[in-house]
Amino acid sequence: MITLGATHLEAMRAHGHRDYPYECCGLLIGRFLEYGRKAVSEIYPISNAREEQSKRNRFLIRPEELLRGERHARKRGLDVVGFYHSHPDAPAVPSQYDLEHAWPTYSYIVVSVLKGVVRDLRSWEMKTDRSGFDEEEILSGDSNYARHNYYSYSVAPICE
Amino acid sequence: MPVTIIIPTALRQYANDRAEMEVEAQTVAEALDRLTTEHSGLRLHLYNEQNRLRNFVNVYLNDEDIRHAAGHATPVKDGDTIMIVPSIAGGDFH
Repeated sequence: MITLGATHLEAMRAHGHRDYPYECCGLLIGRFLEYGRKAVSEIYPISNAREEQSKRNRFLIRPEELLRGERHARKRGLDVVGFYHSHPDAPAVPSQYDLEHAWPTYSYIVVSVLKGVVRDLRSWEMKTDRSGFDEEEILSGDSNYARHNYYSYSVAPICE
Repeated sequence: MPVTIIIPTALRQYANDRAEMEVEAQTVAEALDRLTTEHSGLRLHLYNEQNRLRNFVNVYLNDEDIRHAAGHATPVKDGDTIMIVPSIAGGDFH
């Protein structure tokens, strides 16, 4: 489970909308809690480091950018607890490419932006054997956000 | 005095929740091999099926990317610090 404020959700949606048709990305800064739960305190946008022709379907956060974010978090007694990125004109479901590049422990929030309009936002955590992702419940003060069905991918996810 | 390896937050659960580990080694490759021998759960996340470091795993020796030195053959000396730093990448289905 990951806990976010309504303003955090709105910041990620706005970033996805603003960068469309390119993928946006950023860090989730907060705290690791007991039983694998996380609480987000801050959304930390990062400029997508992929080359221009690849930004529509790829994102990259360079190690030096991650280190900068980690220093920012540590100064506040916090950690990087995950990442977010958008899928322009694709569902908020991790791709095979996401799986191949994922790290355990972190949350991966995916924002679906269809024709420039944010349609969905879901959070995922990679299975420890790297075989797929489990969807993570989002707990938020945003009363507009509610999802009751959570998914687990034991193999590469299929495009909806 | 051995070499210190800083373990990234995401992988600490595979290293008994340790943030760092000291190993005796002559090269970066040897240091990482010692680390993943002692904590075998790390290996799946650091190395691919061809036993090569995954391409989103970056290794720094005393703040310098080893790709700018001799790669995994980069020699290490007592007191050095090796840091494992992720690149975060992904993308959609297209």
